[in-house]
Parts: sequence; structure tokens; C-alpha cells
Amino acid sequence: MKKSYQSLEVNLTNNMRKVIHRKLSINILRLGLIILLAFTTSLSAQEGDSVKGKSLFNANCAACHKLDKKMTGPALRHVEVRLASEGLDREWIYAWVKNSSAVIKSGDAYGNKIYNEYGKAAMTPFPQLSNADIDNILAYTAEEKKVPAVSVDTAAVSSSSSDSSSVSNEIILGALAFLFMLLVIALYSVKKTLRRFAEVHNIELENSTEKTPLWKVIIKNQFLMIVVAIFFLLSSAYFIYGYLSQIGVDQGYQPVQPIHFSHKIHAGDNGIDCKYCHSSARVSKTSGIPSLNVCMNCHKSVSDYNGETTIEHSKEFYDGEIQKLYAAAGWDDADQKYTGESQPVKWVRIHNLPDFAYFNHSQHVTVAGVECQKCHGPVEEMEVVYQHAPLTMGWCINCHRETDVNVKDNAYYTKIHEELSKKYGVDKLTAAQMGGLECGKCHY
Amino acid sequence: MSSNKKYWKSVEELNENSSIVETLKQNEFVEEIPTDEFLGDKDTLEATSTTRRDFLKYVGFSTAAASLAACEGPVKKSIPYVVQPTEIIPGVANYYATTIANGFDFASVLVKTREGRPIKIENNTLAATSGSANARVNASVLGLYDSLRLQSPRKQGESLSWNAFDSETNQKLTDIAATNKPIVLLTQTFASPSTSKLIAEFTEKYGNVRHVVYDAVSESAALDAYQAKYGERALANYDFSKALSIVSVGADFLGDWQGGGFDSGYSKNKVPVYGKMSRHIQFESNMSLTGANADKRVPLKPSEQKLVLAKLYSLVTGVSVSTGKLPEHIEKAVEKAATQLNKAGSSGVVVTGIQDVNAQTVVLEINEALASKAFDKATPIKTRQGNDKAVRQLITDMKAGRIGAIIMSGVNPVYTLANASDFLEGLKKTDLSITFSMKEDETSSESQYIAAAPHYLESWGDVELKKGHYALTQPTIRPLFDTRQFQEALLKWTGNDVSYHDYIKEAWGTDILGGSSFNKALHDGVYVGSILTEIASVDSEEIEEKTEEPTQVVSGDAARALAASGKSIGSLELTLYTKVGMGDGQQANNPWLQEFPDPITRASWDNYLTISKADADALGLMNKHVATGALNGSYANVTVNGVTIKAPVMIQPGQAKGSVGLALGYGKTKGLKTEMQTGVNAYALYQNFNSVQKVTVEAVSGEHEFASVQLHNTLMGRGDIIKETTLEVFNTKDKKYWNAIPVVSLNHEETPVTSPEVDLWDEFDRSIGHHFNLSIDLNSCTGCGACVIACHAENNVPVVGKEEVRRSRDMHWLRIDRYYSSDETFEEDNSKKEGFSGLFGDNGSLGGFGEMENASDNPQVAFQPVMCQHCNHAPCETVCPVAATSHGRQGQNHMAYNRCVGTRYCANNCPYKVRRFNWFLYNGNDEFDYHMNDDLGRMVLNPDVVVRSRGVMEKCSMCIQMTQKTILDAKRDGRVIKDGEFQTACSAACSSGAMTFGDINDKESQVAKLKEDNRMYHLLEHVGTKPNVMYQTKVRNTTEA
Repeated sequence: MKKSYQSLEVNLTNNMRKVIHRKLSINILRLGLIILLAFTTSLSAQEGDSVKGKSLFNANCAACHKLDKKMTGPALRHVEVRLASEGLDREWIYAWVKNSSAVIKSGDAYGNKIYNEYGKAAMTPFPQLSNADIDNILAYTAEEKKVPAVSVDTAAVSSSSSDSSSVSNEIILGALAFLFMLLVIALYSVKKTLRRFAEVHNIELENSTEKTPLWKVIIKNQFLMIVVAIFFLLSSAYFIYGYLSQIGVDQGYQPVQPIHFSHKIHAGDNGIDCKYCHSSARVSKTSGIPSLNVCMNCHKSVSDYNGETTIEHSKEFYDGEIQKLYAAAGWDDADQKYTGESQPVKWVRIHNLPDFAYFNHSQHVTVAGVECQKCHGPVEEMEVVYQHAPLTMGWCINCHRETDVNVKDNAYYTKIHEELSKKYGVDKLTAAQMGGLECGKCHY
Repeated sequence: MSSNKKYWKSVEELNENSSIVETLKQNEFVEEIPTDEFLGDKDTLEATSTTRRDFLKYVGFSTAAASLAACEGPVKKSIPYVVQPTEIIPGVANYYATTIANGFDFASVLVKTREGRPIKIENNTLAATSGSANARVNASVLGLYDSLRLQSPRKQGESLSWNAFDSETNQKLTDIAATNKPIVLLTQTFASPSTSKLIAEFTEKYGNVRHVVYDAVSESAALDAYQAKYGERALANYDFSKALSIVSVGADFLGDWQGGGFDSGYSKNKVPVYGKMSRHIQFESNMSLTGANADKRVPLKPSEQKLVLAKLYSLVTGVSVSTGKLPEHIEKAVEKAATQLNKAGSSGVVVTGIQDVNAQTVVLEINEALASKAFDKATPIKTRQGNDKAVRQLITDMKAGRIGAIIMSGVNPVYTLANASDFLEGLKKTDLSITFSMKEDETSSESQYIAAAPHYLESWGDVELKKGHYALTQPTIRPLFDTRQFQEALLKWTGNDVSYHDYIKEAWGTDILGGSSFNKALHDGVYVGSILTEIASVDSEEIEEKTEEPTQVVSGDAARALAASGKSIGSLELTLYTKVGMGDGQQANNPWLQEFPDPITRASWDNYLTISKADADALGLMNKHVATGALNGSYANVTVNGVTIKAPVMIQPGQAKGSVGLALGYGKTKGLKTEMQTGVNAYALYQNFNSVQKVTVEAVSGEHEFASVQLHNTLMGRGDIIKETTLEVFNTKDKKYWNAIPVVSLNHEETPVTSPEVDLWDEFDRSIGHHFNLSIDLNSCTGCGACVIACHAENNVPVVGKEEVRRSRDMHWLRIDRYYSSDETFEEDNSKKEGFSGLFGDNGSLGGFGEMENASDNPQVAFQPVMCQHCNHAPCETVCPVAATSHGRQGQNHMAYNRCVGTRYCANNCPYKVRRFNWFLYNGNDEFDYHMNDDLGRMVLNPDVVVRSRGVMEKCSMCIQMTQKTILDAKRDGRVIKDGEFQTACSAACSSGAMTFGDINDKESQVAKLKEDNRMYHLLEHVGTKPNVMYQTKVRNTTEA
């Protein structure tokens, strides 16, 4: 009994330590794994350096191959072992990598089999890779698959601990409320008992009615009442005005989208340029929601998520969202081809400018060179996008008043900027001075 | 002393025994007021527990709840493509060159599409071949989104699949071919080389095939005459830019004569350059657009037109032709015209609209005799191919039951034939009838099969507009419905598996292109066979030189025959014509065109019998203005050969005495909304394809309510609205004489209103940046109205309907005012007004102005497009209580709709009356069931312009969305804007070059030069508004030769 109690304690402290030092432990574990794997690989592939191999793999092979999954080309983990079972040696691999079509032409049976299996698309020749390079890549492919068991474990533990803490909070609050109630009841009963006691003993209780109560005094003080009334009216007017003027202002609007698309992962972690997906922002009035074929440019090869996860957004969650994309785009990930059964995604529009206001993205993005974040906020940090700016006219106008016109290397502005800045006696013109406050520039 | 007078309130009181008197003593009203009926069921009313106060509470709560609920914004969805087409970027317009060829209108156009939807028709500037887009062509895009279009093929009212259609029709056609009964293809004029080829293949397969081409409004006589003389079934082509002296006898060549499209050439010589301009004499019966633009107009009866032409022939060629007696003033006018033509020589040209082979032959001979440069024999017009004789024969055969099958495309003979009942009878006797139609119209609903046809914006096609001048039609949107075009069906019936696109491509490759790129031709929309034209032009020159003498020798016969036929056919002669806004009527379900005011009568939503004042008085017909300012007219029974139709009467200044006019294209009843079923069907009177008919007119009871946006107003000598002068004065006198700037008295000195000292406002510096100005040349404006429709399409201008137009609530941002003179000329009006002295007497203004209100029997006419003048010192801006309308540095008068509260002060203070108020919500409102009331029709809306709501003022924005786009494009490219890049919808639509738009701060621009032109003036300049729209003084060439 005692022993088990002790072990629980140890376990608890262990858990806590794990929570605190989760990252550290993962790193240590990873390091350990790498060292371990390095040993195992060095056993099977003699000359290869798997670290170099990994970078070579990512640079040359990753566009078409994955380690554990069929893509444009076959999965490459333990490829050498697999080929060896077909009776093909490393020399064959060198020849294949450097010029696969030559191998196919030579009538090689396995080469032709692979060629036909993968839709008769010949592999790009890599004559620039030396044999040593290929050895390194093979070393990398011979590594054992990493088991992400540890991180899952910690995640589970941490989630359970957070659960327990929330439960305890509720209990504490409940207990406090109960105590408070007891106190109130006790006080009331004490007062009651005292009164009864006084009645019994005929003690004259002090009668408070003779003295006018404070609230009556206040009511009778007309001046005070007027001041209070005015104050009350003014402050309510202030709040009503504030409330009314934010009608239709949807700052912070963060609807749930049909696919949980994380701008944080795409624009933040992976640093993809906004205009890669929202390309029409450069030339059009709308920034454009990317069509699914743009998503599939990358997601053909990115079928699972391997970045940071949280309790709410686990790896499984993200992978599931990618599956939603595949379903919409009609992509059969297993067969690596389109089924043709697609359906558009009905995104919920976040930034709803009213129809009577004309806004053109290309004017701001291309001509003025305004960063997307200026209006859309730190999108690269948003897990779910919300409306950052109020999108009110005052907000537009303020920016137009403060922002200088970007005239650099723009022949259109040369003359007008020179003349206008002379007229206004400034070096740099703001958008407002350029005419950016005129009603008809945005309302037509 | 008391009086014994009896006072009485009603006659009843004089009768002592009247019961009414007794009742009135008791009650206030004779009959009991039906309060219960008014309040509803008494029992329920009493039984209800809801008191009045409760009711008010409910109203209060529900109002509060509704307004609170309205605070919550709706959730909007954005749905991107799955695979975005590379050529489509949302928010960026794409343009495609294509060609409209609906049998009546043929034009090369540019189609603006947004997100894959065609939203506007523009001029294809690469296509110099033929006329540019007129009002109807501009409006044709709306036909694509017609909610009454057929959505699938139909058989006896039931829809069926194309597969079923194919198998059934194939079988029937094969059966009929086996019996050797003829299969007839009754079609519009396609003028399509590939279709001709297809029909030939179809004929080859089925043997006894007859192709009958039918034009609803026939040009058969002109075609016959040309064919007889030049051996080719085509229409003579005229390039009026090469003519300095134009004589037209009944040819409305600025309208739809010979397919139209002559206005841009005509306008080129209408502007005085180095003191020279063309002179145009018009002999006509109806007041046409062409007559209104003529330098001299002679009204005369249709029968007299023939005599005029014969006489003109004898005077020009010298061949003596005895013509009957003509009234003296006409005689004189013909002589002068002949002198003028002879003087002009090869710069002269004569045209006629008389549907008579002799008349058409005579014209060809006169032009040959003149060796007219404007008469272009090398490239005759191919867009009319109809053959009246063949149609007549067909109807006879059909009635006799001799026809096996009839396949129709692009025609609606049950509506457009005068003897429609005969046709219908024949149709019933035909074994198989198939109609390709976009609508369930008069003809298609009577045929066994309706093959749902696509709109031209969804079709492939090719047209030979003129000889050697080809144009391509390409789809600009996927077919909205399950439709198939006629040519595709022909391919199916001939067992050809290729698509029509491939067929055209192949046909062009072998027959037309001669090695040029098909894609280039498709991109341009037009292709002019280079080798062909070279040969043709050489040919024609040779012919001209060679044939000059023999032609002069040969004839005279045609003219004599013409003179003989020129007998008066009765006391009243009817001329049937087509309106600029409606044409042959195939676009009758187009609300833009229905609401388009006729350039001459300014009436919308109607056709009517035009009649001269004298004839109207004689027949007891009248027009009157009602209290709202609207026009009412009497009805008349119009009878031609026993066929009577009841039509409203419009008294038309300038209508020749003894003649009446009636427009075709109205009175359709099938395949269109009830709102669009306007006017009367004049085709019933178009007997024997003759547009001139002997007619009897008699007044019948009843009054018709017209929806005219302008009454028959005269200018009343107000020379500062339309400034006009003659070529002689223009050439000889100083600008101050004919285009003086108005002056005001400042310190007892005459000061021009344009000088800053007399201005109420401070001048604002507009010398930096762009400053937009629009110049409108009153000389080259023909009043065709293409700009009006282009403005509608570009700016989402709503259609309000006949009732609202009648209440002067039309929403046109751009109107073309038409003014008449009360004397023979405006000049005389002006001098008459100047001559007034005192109120009474012979020169009294009191009587004088009254007289001037009436337009002359043959008035001069002037057109003036008026839109917001974008005043630099705008009266509207100063009175707006909420600053909803303000001025921009670029010269535009802005209108922020969302700021407007609808006081209408601005409209009251506008001297030009160009502001339009939204009295109702015109979109998504069942009361206004036009295109903006259904999802399909709304697809035509321009996404860059707001759709206005009820209660706000709107007006011309000088197409700020277009100028802003031009500026943005230049900014993005980092370049300076060239002259000509700035356009408005109206200036881009104007093919006559009357409207020039641009930046006057660019001193090299055309508009900056026009601003300095001597002819330039501003509308109502004395008001001192300093508009950014300017007009160029109209110069009339009144120099008699």
C-alpha cells in the first residue's frame, strides 16, 4: 500500500517534469533515436552518411518520392533491400538514377515494369549526382521509420493533467460558494436569535424609523438628482452611441470554416507568400480565394502534417482537414490521381465590405505596396482568420491621411507628384492629398 | 323687413314631397355609411381581446424586434473554383470579339465579360468593315438573360431530350425524303459561308430541299435591282464619308435602311473642316432620323417620292422622262438637288428607300452616271438575302399541302407575315415542322417541334458582312440552357460528327483564310480577305471607267416605268417603318429597348400612327397634354385592304400631309412578359411586303396614354440651349456673331459670364492631375441613341416601366433631347424672339410665344445628348444638406448614394434636370418585373457599379469607374496615360465621333483642342455653372447650289 502510494507520487512528479521539460525530453529522445538509427544504418549501408543523404533527398528526390508513401514515384524506404530481393545491385541503382530512360531502353525487365506501373513517366535523370551522393541518399532511405509514440504519450499526459486542474478549480469554487452560503445562514440565524433574546428580555430595540434614511435625503436633494440624471443620460447616450456605431462593424469576426485552414501553418511556419495563393490581389479588385488546384500544387505531395501540434489541433486533426481538401478536389491520395468528382468549398466570407464601397486590392497591394498585414493583421499568427480591422470608413480615411503615396519608379506619378507637392509645399504627398478622400473615389 | 326668398341647397328641396329631404333632416348622409363593411366583421371585432392599445404595443415590439434583428449581418459564402480557368481572374474583365447576326442586325462587336458572364456590348474598333453597334445591338446582351427563353427542346408543349429529338426528326426527315416531298429550310439571312455550305450538304443528302431566305422587313426590291444590274444578289454599299452632296429619297440610312451602319461615314463629312462640309437633302414622308439630320428636308407623299426620283434622274442624266405634275415647291427642290448633284459630280450620291425595283434601278443608274465615289461596287452588302417571291410561293405550296417538312430558324413568320393566317393554315398541312427559336413565340408554338436555340453570345458562327469582309461569332459563355443552334442540327442531320466550330474552322481554312491564321481572325473578330479586296478594288476601278458611257446610253426605261407608277394611290398613304429602338421586333422582350425613347417622338413603350397636324385636324384626331404633363392621343382605325387595326395617334411635326406612318415590331403577344406586350402589330398591314400602302384612317373613341419623356417641344428661340448657325455664317463671320459668350452687367459694363469677377464661387485650381471633359458635337450626333443603351448597361440604370415614365420618373442618366423649330428654321425662331416688342400687338411677346410653342409643319430638328454636366460650380452641391454630392479634383461631380437621404433639393436646383430619383426599389421588386427582378436578368449587372436603392438620387457619374480603372491600369504599369485611353460608356459607344472624352490637362489631347474650338459652348452658359461637358455649335449647310 505504502509502496504503491510512493510510486504514484513518483509518477506524478515524473509527469510534471515531463510537462515542464516536454520539449527537452523530446529533443533528447530524438537525439537518442538518431544516434540509435545511425548505428543501425551504419550496419546495413557501409559508406553512406544519412544526414547528408537527407539533404540530398530533400533537394533532388522529394518532389516525386516519399519515404513511406507512393507519390509520383514509388516509396523509397529500404529501397535497396527491396531491389536486392529483385536481384538488382547498387550498380543498377547508380545507372537508374543517373539516366533511367537509358536503363529502360536497354530492355531491363524491372526498369520497364516500374516505368509502366507509374504511368510511363520516366524519372528525371540526375547525372550531377555522384555515386557517393547516391550512397548517402540510400543511407538515408535505409533509416528505420521514426516512431512518434513518445510525443503522443506526453500529449496525452499533459491533456489529462490539464483536465484534472480544471476539475479542481470547479470543486474549489463550489466549496467556497457553499461556505459563503453557510456563513450567510449562520449570520441570519444569529440575528434572529438575538432579536428573540431581546424580546424575551424586554430590551428596547433602537427604532431606526425616526431618522430619515439616506436614500430619502438623496432623493430630496434636487440638485444632486439633476446632476445624477444628467450624468446618467450623458453616459447612457455615450454607450448607446458607441453601441449603435459598432452595428455592422464585425471586427474580430471569426467564423468556423468548412475546412480548418491554418494561416499560421501556411503563412507563418512555412512562410508561404500571401500572394502565392491570393494571386489576384496583384491585378484585381478582389484578393481572390485560391481555387483548389492552387492548394493541390503543394498538397499533392503534402498529405500529412508534421509540424507543431496542440491538444485541440492534433496531427490527426490536421491530417483529417487535408483529407477534406482531397475530398473536395477529388484527389485519390492512394492512387495519386484525380477522380473527377469534385465539389467547391463554401468558405465563409470574413471581410464583408458593403457594396457601396469600392475597394481594389491591386491599387493597395501592387501600386501602393501596402503589406497585407496592414489591414488583415498578423494573419501569419492566426490559426483561424478573423477580421482584424474594423473596416469602417474612418479607418480607411485615417490611413489615407497618414500614408505617403508610393511614387518610386512609377512614371504615372512623376508629373502629378511634382506639381502637387509643390502646391502643398511638402516633400511627400499623402494619399489624401492625392485625392484619396474624395467621395467618388470609393463610392460609385 | 324679412325676405321670403327661399334658399335651397339642392333641387330636391324644392320638391316638398321628396323623401330625400326628410332623410337629410335626420341624417347627415342619405345612405348609411358602411362602417361595418369598412371595419370588417363586427362580431369578430367585438369578440377580440386585443384592444387598440395592445395593438399599438404589438406594433412597437415587432418594429423594435425587426430593427434589432436587422443589426445582425448575414453570413456570406465565398465559393472559389475547383480548378480556376487561367484566363479568368475574378474582378478583371475579359473581352471577346464576336459578331451579331440575327437576321436584322449585323455588327462586329466586342463583348465584355466578368467572371465569365457577358455584361456589355462594345464596339470592335478593329472592325472597320461595317457599322458599329447601334442601340439594339448594345441592348442585345440582355436577351441572353431573358427569363422566358426556352430551356430545352419541346414537342407539342412537352419538353424532350435532344436524343429523342434527333432520333424522331431524323426518322421523319428520311421518311419525307423518301416520298420526295420538298423539305424547306425557311431561315433568316445568315450571310454565312459555312452555313451555305452546310445547307448544300443537307440538300445533297435529302434531295428535294428548298432554302427560302426570309427577311421580316424586306429589301427584296433593292436586291432584285442590284442583281439585275450587277448579277449578284446583294445590296449596294455606300460610303458616305466620300460624299459631299447626298440626296436621299425616302431612305432612312441613319436608321435601318439596308441594314444600317452608315452613320459613322455620314458623320465624318458633317463637321465643317476648312469651311467645307457635306450637304444632305432628304425627300421623305415620315419624319425619320435621317430627315431630322438633313440640311434640307422636303416632306412629300410616298407616291410623290417616285416622281421626284424619276425627275431627278432626268435632270442628272439628261435623259428625258416625262413625270407627272409635282407641287411647285417640290419641283423647285428637285431642281436644286439636281443642280447640286451635277455640281458635286463624283462627290454626289443618291439613295432611295422606295421598295420598287425600278426606283432602285434608277438610283443605281444615277450613281453610275455621277460616277459616285461613295457608291462602293467592290463590296456590296450581303446581310439581306430575303426573297419575297420565294416566300409567297412557299406559302402557296404549303397551303396546297405540297410541302413535306419545314425547318425554320431565326424567323417568326406567324408574327411578321401580313398573311400569317395563310401561313398558319399551310403549317398545319405540313407533315413536319421544326422551329429553332429562343422563345415559345407565335411561330414556334404552332410547330410540332421547337428546337431551343442559343443566344448569339452562346453560339459559333461566321458572316460575310460585305463581299470579302468576313466576321466570326464565338461563344462568350457556356450555353445557359440545353440548347442547340441550327447549324449543329444540320450537322447532325447530315450525319456529320464534327462540331460546328471545327466545321467553320475547316471551311475557313479551305475557302476564306488563304493561309492566314484562324486564331488571329477569331481574336480580331473580323477578317478582310487581302487578296480578294485588292483584286476587287482594281476590278471596280476598271469597271467604273469602262461602264460609265454605256450605262448612260442604255436606260431611261426604269425611270419611265417609275414615273408611270408614281400615281397617287389615295388620299392617305401609309409608310411602315422600323424604329431605332425596336427594329423588326425580335427583341421585344428587352426592357431596355422598350423603355428607350424614340429619337423623334420621344415616346417609349409604344408604336403609334404618326400623322400631320392638318390631316389630324381634318380627321378629328387629337393629342393633348394632361395635368401631369403626360401626353394622351386619340385612337384611330387604320384600314388597309380590309385589314383594320386600332392604333393610337401621334401628331408628328414634319409628317408629310396625306401620309401616315406606323412602326413595325410592336404588338407581339407570345414569348414575352405582359409588360412588354406593347403597341400594335403593324405587320398585319405589311401586305405583299410593301411598306407603302393605301390606307383609310378614321377616328374612334377612347384616349391612349403615351409615355413620352419629352413632348413636341420647340426651342422657343432659346439659342443658348442649342447653338446653331449656317455654314455661310460660320465661314464668313466672327465667332462672336454666331457663338457669343453671354454677358452680364458688372459696374455697368458688359462682362462675359466666364470671367472670374462675376462668379459667385471661388475658382478651384484644377490644373494638376487629370481634368475630365466631354465634348459633344451637335453636328455629328445623329441622335441614334446607342449611347443611351450603353449607359444603361454600364451603370445598372433601372427600367421603371410605362406608368412611371409617364409620370416623368424615367431613370435615363443620359437623354437625347429633340427640339423642333416653330418656324421653318431655328434661325427664324431666334429672330422672331428678338423681334418681340411689348406684350401685345403684332410683335407682342404674349401672343408670339404662344405661337412659338407649336412646331412648324416641316420643322428643323436638333438633337442634344444631355447628361450630368459635371459643373465646376455645381448648384446641386451647395444645396445638399448631407454633402452627399461633392466635387472631385478631376472634374467629376460625385454622388455618394449611401450618404444621400433623398431630399431632392439637388434635383430642384439643377438647371439641366439630369438628376434621377429612385422613387421605388427597382430591383427584386415584383412591381417592376423587368430584368432586375430575376436572378437571370441580374447577371447583366456591372459588378463595379452599385445598384441603387429606393430613396436616393442618382445621376451620370461620367463613368468614374471607367476613368478610375484606366488610371489604376496605368499606375500598375507605371506609365503615363495616352490620349484616347479615357473613355465613358457613351463616348465609347458613339460611332459617329460626336462624343469625345478625355483629359483637358493633357494639352495634346483631342478634347483639349475641342475645348479651344470656336464652335465650343456650354449649355446654359449664362447660369455660370462652368460645366465639364461642352457642346460644339451645330452648323447647317444651307448653301443652295
